[in-house]
Amino acid sequence: MPLILNPRDFSSHPAYIDKGYRSTALRGPAKPLIPVRGVSLASPVYGHDRVGAADADLTLNGRKDAEPLGERIIVTGRVLDENNRPLANTLVEIWQANAAGRYIHVVDQHPAPLDPNFFGGGRCITDQDGRYRFLTIKPGAYPWGNHVNAWRPNHIHFSLFGHQFGQRLVTQMYFPGDPLLALDPIYLGVPAKSRERMIAQFSIDVTEEGYALGYIFDIVLRGENATLWENQ
Amino acid sequence: MGGTKLLGQTPSQTVGPFFAYSLTPEQYGYDWVSLAGPDMADDAIPGERIIFEGQVLDGAGQPITDAMIEIWQADSTGAYATEPGRNTRFTGFGRAGTGVLGDGMFRFTTVKPGAPSAEEAPHINIIVTMRGLLMHVFTRAYFEGDARSAADLLLAQVPEDRRGTLLARQTAPGIWRFDIRMQGDAETVFFDL
Repeated sequence: MPLILNPRDFSSHPAYIDKGYRSTALRGPAKPLIPVRGVSLASPVYGHDRVGAADADLTLNGRKDAEPLGERIIVTGRVLDENNRPLANTLVEIWQANAAGRYIHVVDQHPAPLDPNFFGGGRCITDQDGRYRFLTIKPGAYPWGNHVNAWRPNHIHFSLFGHQFGQRLVTQMYFPGDPLLALDPIYLGVPAKSRERMIAQFSIDVTEEGYALGYIFDIVLRGENATLWENQ
Repeated sequence: MGGTKLLGQTPSQTVGPFFAYSLTPEQYGYDWVSLAGPDMADDAIPGERIIFEGQVLDGAGQPITDAMIEIWQADSTGAYATEPGRNTRFTGFGRAGTGVLGDGMFRFTTVKPGAPSAEEAPHINIIVTMRGLLMHVFTRAYFEGDARSAADLLLAQVPEDRRGTLLARQTAPGIWRFDIRMQGDAETVFFDL
């Protein structure tokens, strides 16, 4: 039986209804969440045997006959819990726009070019230190219809499970120094004290000479309640 | 660890409208292997085969066609695939986007779960994400008419007048319907768990 998790820290997460992000008005729950305690559940068994070795290389996994266009980047980091313990063997899934700011998804109608050699989806499983690593192309910014002249900052979507059902997290990773962050209601929907946790750090140590810039993005999921296990 | 300052939780963000080619690729016809999909059980999986389906609706009652539904359930004996010694092809985990069937519908082919313990009635755990939802929500579907639900540990923590939103209803033999309403008088109960 998994241990009880610390609560979701709602002061670090966005509210469900956000005035700046229009689509939340009819989609965010309006009634308070019902707190439940004493129920714990392991995270789902996904198809981990289907994660291929090349799935973490987005410069390769959509390639038809040439390299994808754009700036090659390495995105790596550790998945940790709040107690600073690494989460090994956990799934990290990503998806992103290409260098021109266009997603391969059929509903993306932004008139920027698709790249026939770039798919934009990736996944891997963390190692014993909780570490993941993707090689990809820096995603472009793109416009969206939320308000006049609205542009999403460069970002990569992340989906994680952790080890317990309640650790599920869907988030977005941003890039340091992006001027669009100050204008983006999705980013600004997060309380000021925790926003910067979503910004990757540039790292010259991760950067590979002559090949790709490196970014570090550590992800912190809810931890098991330390007080509870001390008392056991 | 007592007294140690906790690391700050990474904030949640919306899944956005473009997740499908990476998270539910086969269902949407993309050339990429899905880790999980809506068809969870074939004829060889023991138990009562069921369709578990429903619609996701916004606060104006309109279908939401870009949500992702994840379900995680025990097998027909009440055992989760994570329990020690399990050796089964049935993972109990399914994923479906609501943009393929029309009208914001999802439809899983699975087996009816057994009761995981004496304190838990048969149920399906659900995670809902979508564009316009800044943090995923958790809910659960119980099976209408199952007397064991009265003794369920979690259901007992839900105000009685809202428990009906957590009941899947049988619309035809083997077909269970569970609509998810994000808002409104019949807003589905979402959990802080």
